[in-house]
Amino acid sequence: MTDTPLVPLPDPPAIEPVVDFRNVGIAFDGPPVLEDISFAVEPGETRILLGPAGVGKSVLLKLALGLLRPDEGSIHLLGEEISIMPEEELFAVRARTGMVFQEGALFDSLTVRDNVAYQLIQSGVPDEEIDARVHESLRFVGLDETFSLFPASLSGGMRRRVAIARALIRQPEFILYDSPTGGLDPVTSTNIIELIVKQRDVRHTPSILVTHRLQDAFTLSTHRYDQEQERMVPLPKGEIDQNTTYLMLEEGRLIFNGSLHGLLHSDNAFVREFLR
Amino acid sequence: MAFSTIDRTAKQIVLTVQDYSLFSLRAFKNLYQPPIYWSEFLVQSDIIGVGSLAIVMLSGLSTGGVLALQSAATLSAFGATAITGQFVSLTMIRELGPVLTGVMVSGRNASSMASELGSMVVTEQIDAMRALGVDPVRKLVTPRIFASIAMLFFLTIVADASGIAGGAAVTVFMNHQNGTQYFSMAYEHLRYPDILQGLIKPLFFGYILSSIGCFYGLRTTGGTQGVGRSTIQAVVVSSVLIIFVDFLLTQLLLSFFPLT
Repeated sequence: MTDTPLVPLPDPPAIEPVVDFRNVGIAFDGPPVLEDISFAVEPGETRILLGPAGVGKSVLLKLALGLLRPDEGSIHLLGEEISIMPEEELFAVRARTGMVFQEGALFDSLTVRDNVAYQLIQSGVPDEEIDARVHESLRFVGLDETFSLFPASLSGGMRRRVAIARALIRQPEFILYDSPTGGLDPVTSTNIIELIVKQRDVRHTPSILVTHRLQDAFTLSTHRYDQEQERMVPLPKGEIDQNTTYLMLEEGRLIFNGSLHGLLHSDNAFVREFLR
Repeated sequence: MAFSTIDRTAKQIVLTVQDYSLFSLRAFKNLYQPPIYWSEFLVQSDIIGVGSLAIVMLSGLSTGGVLALQSAATLSAFGATAITGQFVSLTMIRELGPVLTGVMVSGRNASSMASELGSMVVTEQIDAMRALGVDPVRKLVTPRIFASIAMLFFLTIVADASGIAGGAAVTVFMNHQNGTQYFSMAYEHLRYPDILQGLIKPLFFGYILSSIGCFYGLRTTGGTQGVGRSTIQAVVVSSVLIIFVDFLLTQLLLSFFPLT
């Protein structure tokens, strides 16, 4: 037996955050909307962004996808610095992500099928494959019967669910939900939160969810998706989902970044007021 | 105070011109880089071309008729009513056909482009398209610009023909002159440079009306009120620009093809 020289093993590749905000700020013809925002979303993590209306939550989501460009700081998305990337190059990065807009933002001149399949149609996927994948995606959100309808004939809750189906059809590496339950009744809101929990627990897709409804936020921490029962079930008492963490904005600044436990025990006056 | 307002307005105008130049350059460049949305081009050609056919024909007919009526009154003083055909055909082909078509199609299509794209902006459909990895300029603007250029060329021919026909109808049925004489004068005094001049202009006008319509549509802010504002701006700016560019083009083309 001969001695073989020991070759040092290469360092394991560092796991990069899916999204990384570093000292980001933005203003629109006036005082800054967001100032000195720094946080990251790790693989498999769901970050819930809380804050009152008009505090810059939707702006932050648009920055995360390069739909807006920051005035200062840098943003990395899926390993690319999107804050300096030209618009033409950003399309390829965005195609790897999914976003659910506040009001759904469905294309009103297209059917549900064409809305959900929008990316597939643009990529030249054959019609048979498109139909199969749209049916699968619509079944995921429980709306297979809307296949041929136009968005105008859907209720607000149905539109959000179609928007979720559209965002998920290509199995994105990262998802952004902009107030997906805003303005909806409690039953529909719970259905949508169940879909988000399902996506989190079944496909483990990292995400940022914007909401000002604490009930929805806490449901995400205290529930999991049971694939056998095909529904969302509560976690055992005292347990919370460790991959679901919280961010809170106040007047354009990030005032909280941490776990549910940290949020509930924060000594920040605004956080305590918001939770009350 | 007044100086700062002037200063701000001047900067805004310069910035708008810069944004428009970059925007239209990007839209133009897209034609030479795949993917090219040919189906969208055909749909827009149908909307702009076939859809505008009736208004272009009607306005052409009326304008040709009015030209014949007005010119006959003036020409009769010199005993030159015989050249009504020449007058109508040259005026329509060199000037009124392209300008009239440009302004009519601008009123119909620059407004529809601005309101359609503006509505998509305020309902976040444009952001959704960008989020899905699709370039709205390539998908929505480039096909509209090239469909407008192509269709305005053909619509101008239709307007010219309608104008000459309208002039003929007035000459024959109202002025009781000879139709054959009208058409032979209209045809005999027409030169290729006249036709060329009349068919170069719509290419510019098509580009102006569509790029301005899309530009103001995509810059919409301020909800549904903003959509209305963008629509007005698109129609006003494109119509004024068409008339102004017509003046510049006429000067330029006359230097290439002087009147004999």
